[in-house]
Amino acid sequence: MEGDLAHIGAGLAAIGSGAAAIGVGNVAGNFLAGALRNPSAAASQTATLFIGIAFAEALGIFAFLVALLLMFAV
Amino acid sequence: MATETTGAVSSCVDSYGSAIGMPQLCFEWFPNQIFWLVLTLVVIFLVLSRIALPRIASVLAERQGTITNDIAAAENLKAKALEAEDAYNKALADARAEAQNIVASAKAEIQADLNVAIAKADSEIAAKTSESEAAIAEIRAGALASVEEVAKDTAAELVSALGGKASAKDVGAAVAARLKG
Amino acid sequence: MADKAAEGSSLVFHPMDQFIIKPLFGDGPIGMFTVTNMTLWLGLAVLCIFGLMVLGTSRRAVIPSRAQSIAEMAYGFVYKMVEDVTGKDGLKYFPYIFTLFIFILFSNFLALIPMSFSPTSHIAVTAILGFGVFFVVTAIGFIKNGVGFLGLFWVSSAPLALRPVLALIEIISYFVRPVSHSIRLAGNVMAGHAVLKVFAGFAALTAVAPLSILGVVAIYGLEVLVSAIQAYVFTILTCVYLKDALHPSH
Repeated sequence: MEGDLAHIGAGLAAIGSGAAAIGVGNVAGNFLAGALRNPSAAASQTATLFIGIAFAEALGIFAFLVALLLMFAV
Repeated sequence: MATETTGAVSSCVDSYGSAIGMPQLCFEWFPNQIFWLVLTLVVIFLVLSRIALPRIASVLAERQGTITNDIAAAENLKAKALEAEDAYNKALADARAEAQNIVASAKAEIQADLNVAIAKADSEIAAKTSESEAAIAEIRAGALASVEEVAKDTAAELVSALGGKASAKDVGAAVAARLKG
Repeated sequence: MADKAAEGSSLVFHPMDQFIIKPLFGDGPIGMFTVTNMTLWLGLAVLCIFGLMVLGTSRRAVIPSRAQSIAEMAYGFVYKMVEDVTGKDGLKYFPYIFTLFIFILFSNFLALIPMSFSPTSHIAVTAILGFGVFFVVTAIGFIKNGVGFLGLFWVSSAPLALRPVLALIEIISYFVRPVSHSIRLAGNVMAGHAVLKVFAGFAALTAVAPLSILGVVAIYGLEVLVSAIQAYVFTILTCVYLKDALHPSH
């Protein structure tokens, strides 16, 4: 029973991955919109883009980690 | 369910060789992992900082220097080429001017020769003309004198034929008056 | 877990088994100095780095060979990153940052070879990297700026009443940095490899096998991208932290 609940919890935690996908899409989409408005400034901001994506992605990874912990460590 | 006793060598791996829980959270492996990681990082750092990075930095600097030198040399060569072109143009202009000079002097010489020849020819022609004129005038004078003589003789003959008697002097005056008139 | 392995059905997932550390020689327990599969792949990473950065540049050619131009590109890439993010005075730390970058890059890429082992998927490894960066950067901050380094947490541009709250948030976020820094890398690599394994596990079912193989190929492509991007992100975040330590004024 405990294991079942843990699996359900893992599934719920995996929703966080989807939320992170929204976040990454938001970052990349806004970057693209800005880059198309002002392409000359785009190259200088790719580092910021990757940092932003990394931060958004990291939280999804944390959710995934929680799911893994629930699956394998609890 | 023989887990820890038979095949298993660790509390993190079961007897089938599968992971119990997450292998990442198996604390008994941590010292080993940390030791090898730190060793690896130290080796990489020493290799890079002692050998690779200074070498790449020197290669890049050398390349930069080579490029700068090459650009300088190219500019130098370009300046030289421009200089050579200037010199060539100048030489060309000089040669052209000289050629024009030669042409002009040749022309002047020829002109002078020509003038001399023309003058000579002119004088010859003039001499011949005056000679001819003199001959013509002589002939004419000769002719006039003969005419006067013939007219005097004729007039004296006519006067005598008509029965008149005229002195040669009168006849001569009358003929001269007639010829003049 | 034993019952899982004993099922004998066609669908058995052991996505975490690829991260198990085994002794390379013999079967004994894993002590501190035991040569393990992780040692092997770390050693291969060292060999590859040596091959690229030392053997590749050994001719010191002005017109570079392929290996030399790759090494020079990596050098220029990290050099420019450090210079852009931390400024000229951060260039002193360039060899350390380059070591981190090239190590993570090569571990990530070598881990993509099938049947290989991925050191960077282990929290122990990335935590050493992340906390190492954290402690070194904090030490540099205090050595360079003294107590003034604490100005990093005191947002002088905010209204005075808000500053203590902001300071608390800044301090928490500062101490979360190494955790997120290390877990980001380990989580990304681990997640990618686990997902690959799960997709590969589905290939045992004939009905979905083509789909699963297609999925493996697609995820593999994504993982190649992630490997490079995570190395880049780890390095650039290190640079950002270093910049905070060198110039703590907000």
